[in-house]
Amino acid sequence: MNAADRLKLPPVVMPEQEPAERIHNVREVPFGFTPEMALQEAQRCLHCTNQPCVKGCPVGVHIPDFIQAIESGDYLAGIGIIKQTNLLPAVCGRVCPQEDQCQKDCTVGKAHRDIGQAVQVGQLERFLADWERENHAAVIPQIPPTSGKRVAVIGSGPAGLTVAGDLIKLGHAVTVFEALHMPGGVLGYGIPEFRLPKEIVYQEVAYLTRLGVDFQYNTVIGKSLTVDEVRKDYDAVFIGSGAGLPNFLHIPGESLLGVYSANEYLTRANLMHAYNEDSDTPILRGKSVAVLGGGNVAMDSARTALRLGAHRVMVLYRRSEEEMPARKEEYHHAIQEGIEFHFLENPLEILGNDAGWVTGLTVQKMQLGEPDASGRRRPLPIPGQTSSVSADVVVVAIGNNPNPLIPAALPGLQMNKHGGIVTDEETMETSVPGVFAGGDIVLGAATVILAMGQGRQAARAIHAWLTRTTETAKG
Amino acid sequence: MNTIRKREELGCNVIRYVVDAPIIAAHRKPGQFVIIRVTDHSERIPLTIADANPDTGTISLIVQSVGKTTREMAMLKPGDAIHDIVGPLGRPTHIQQFGTVLCVGGGIGIAPLYPIAKGMKEAGNHVITILGARTRDLLILEDDMRSVSDEIIVTTDDGSYGTKGLVTDAIRSLVSGGTHIDQAVVIGPPLMMKFTSLLTKELGIPTMASLNPIMIDGTGMCGGCRVTVGGEVKFACVDGPEFDAHQVDWDSMIRRLGTYRTAEQAAAERYDHQCRVGLDAKESR
Ligand SMILES: Cc1cc2nc3c(=O)[nH]c(=O)nc-3n(C[C@H](O)[C@H](O)[C@H](O)COP(=O)(O)OP(=O)(O)OC[C@H]3O[C@@H](n4cnc5c(N)ncnc54)[C@H](O)[C@@H]3O)c2cc1C
Ligand SMILES: Cc1cc2nc3c(=O)[nH]c(=O)nc-3n(C[C@H](O)[C@H](O)[C@H](O)COP(=O)(O)OP(=O)(O)OC[C@H]3O[C@@H](n4cnc5c(N)ncnc54)[C@H](O)[C@@H]3O)c2cc1C
Ligand code: SF4
Ligand code: SF4
Ligand code: FES
Repeated sequence: MNAADRLKLPPVVMPEQEPAERIHNVREVPFGFTPEMALQEAQRCLHCTNQPCVKGCPVGVHIPDFIQAIESGDYLAGIGIIKQTNLLPAVCGRVCPQEDQCQKDCTVGKAHRDIGQAVQVGQLERFLADWERENHAAVIPQIPPTSGKRVAVIGSGPAGLTVAGDLIKLGHAVTVFEALHMPGGVLGYGIPEFRLPKEIVYQEVAYLTRLGVDFQYNTVIGKSLTVDEVRKDYDAVFIGSGAGLPNFLHIPGESLLGVYSANEYLTRANLMHAYNEDSDTPILRGKSVAVLGGGNVAMDSARTALRLGAHRVMVLYRRSEEEMPARKEEYHHAIQEGIEFHFLENPLEILGNDAGWVTGLTVQKMQLGEPDASGRRRPLPIPGQTSSVSADVVVVAIGNNPNPLIPAALPGLQMNKHGGIVTDEETMETSVPGVFAGGDIVLGAATVILAMGQGRQAARAIHAWLTRTTETAKG
Repeated sequence: MNTIRKREELGCNVIRYVVDAPIIAAHRKPGQFVIIRVTDHSERIPLTIADANPDTGTISLIVQSVGKTTREMAMLKPGDAIHDIVGPLGRPTHIQQFGTVLCVGGGIGIAPLYPIAKGMKEAGNHVITILGARTRDLLILEDDMRSVSDEIIVTTDDGSYGTKGLVTDAIRSLVSGGTHIDQAVVIGPPLMMKFTSLLTKELGIPTMASLNPIMIDGTGMCGGCRVTVGGEVKFACVDGPEFDAHQVDWDSMIRRLGTYRTAEQAAAERYDHQCRVGLDAKESR
């Protein structure tokens, strides 16, 4: 097929659960491509020599190559190509903000002057990963003879899982310490089932277990074991403890009954299965839920609220639609599901009744001023314009900061002013020798693929570090 | 495996368990707690580490059955295992040589108070203990507390044992009798902690209280355990559980404990019903 013909092919529409139905269950919303759909979508790729898509992907997945493999029907080769650079394609295909990354500068999208027409790289990546999982095609790699070196990984989020996977394949012994009773970090407790089925995460972890990675749950480093004990027992340490510290607005009323941080709300719903009516872990099933924020965390909270039976769900965001950081797909899904978006509204106070239960909020109407340091236009209050909104549950989803547990437990660690760990940009090594870090604990709340990218960089450097110390010892 | 080694009924619905948890036993300090899941579908609940033995690798947990999860736990027998135990969590109690330390415990709060009183005694303090209970049958750990205290006073609301009255009455009479107290520690039902701390504030006695808000992760991730202390939001699981009692916003904390009352009652009823169904089935066999 020539380029002109390829450009004429319309994007394949992803089949999805109907909004009216899906708000009553927690099953995944998009069904995924059939092989026919994947082939059609793959045929839209022009195999550009300058590869703008690859440049947009933080880990440089060889996109045209794996798409070519789909086109020629060699799925095994395709998934192999992806896995050279991305350990968790089933996850990334679902949750990457593709419109800001691999699909952003896709030539096809550019040709149509519509990013919505770009080749659906994420969906194709998901297709191959699902094919591999469903057909048990995961290849168990040849693992080199054991190096005799032991690596401790703190945290089982995407950063930690990547480090564990890369290092076990190089022959090092790896133990992952996880504070919770389940693996995955945010993939497990934060991102809801309807967006990322937990089964996928658990199968990825099962794969790593088969390769020999040892997972120790219910172990909080800095509490159950000190960082020094871990350093003594292991030849290198990777910190992937994430950005799990929820921010609050520090406005009146935040301790009222019915006010949640998004982390608490999502953890109850996901990790503790409170979406299930007879779960032992309770959750307040509000009729009218207000979610404060405009990122993925806010979208996830709002859509969870619907699935918990809310009649009205509002997202209050202090900037405008354009500045909203959430993935486009999530925003569209939220709109389809009937979530109300209140832009340019900033909460001033959460209101409650005499018994201490939330009844609503007072909000300040905003307008956009000059761009701020982040390049987004700064929201400014419009004097005198306040209004009230009624709600019986309020979810604060205004972001998370790096988890302070590990930094507090390792005093020598150099930190930045946002509470993140300072590392070497290349090697991800911290100011403490032999201790590496990556993911949200370094970047602040970022993305899955960036966390994995840093994990991969760190794994490479840890391997070099371990082999270097061997040589020094020998010499 | 967190295998249960020993199970002992301490009184009305209160059970002491000795459980294998070698890493926790080796690291814990007085004032710290664990979060457990009884089974793989249970809720996560916090429990104080009442005691620990690093040599045998065991910790003691003292649990009062108040709702679904704690009742489920009460069914466990030696040889059974607790599915998950994570800890030790929270900051250890600030233990030092204060001089005279007053330890005030009420209800199940006596369980977490015991390791602190023990620590205070070992640090060379003169330990005066006041234990309060509604009635004699609800008093737990009297002998253990006696063994780590220089003086001990027991009060019961109904006068069935010790002095009739509240712990606050006992504090007042101690102080008016000329006893000087350098530091107080209070653990018990939230209302009791509130009134005790109001009194010690009035009497000018520095006081620590161990708070028991609802928790999930215990690592500072969810913010569900937030309490207001000195006008600031603190996460009890990582910043506490002990705080300066005089700075705590007690009313807000007490209110938040009631967030799930309806759901908790429903869960407990469902559970009781299931248990009964189970028993009926056995009986009919
Ligand atoms: C609700 C929500 C939705 C999101 N949606 C998206 C999305 O759609 N797309 C996207 O790309 N990104 C999304 N993100 C961001 C993304 O999930 C994170 O950037 C990513 O998970 C960071 O990975 P990580 O490995 O650094 O840390 P995390 O995933 O946070 O994992 C850290 C792990 O470390 C454990 N831990 C912490 N401290 C300790 C300790 N002391 N000892 C032992 N274990 C410890 C934690 O329990 C946790 O399991 C979302 C985030 C949230 C909260
Ligand atoms: C740091 C900390 C240490 C604790 N140590 C112990 C301990 O050593 N022994 C012990 O028996 N309990 C202790 N608790 C309390 C214990 O966690 C709760 O009793 C338990 O979570 C109740 O679970 P449930 O499902 O059985 O009851 P639920 O159904 O959840 O509740 C039943 C009743 O208990 C009340 N309740 C619920 N949670 C708490 C709570 N956190 N504190 C007080 N009352 C509550 C409810 O309001 C309700 O009236 C501690 C709590 C904290 C935060
Ligand atoms: S990893 Fe993410 S950004 Fe990279 S190709 Fe896959 S979906 Fe796109
Ligand atoms: S930019 Fe688009 S069309 Fe070009 S190779 Fe990448 S995915 Fe294919
Ligand atoms: S229990 Fe979640 S932050 Fe304290």
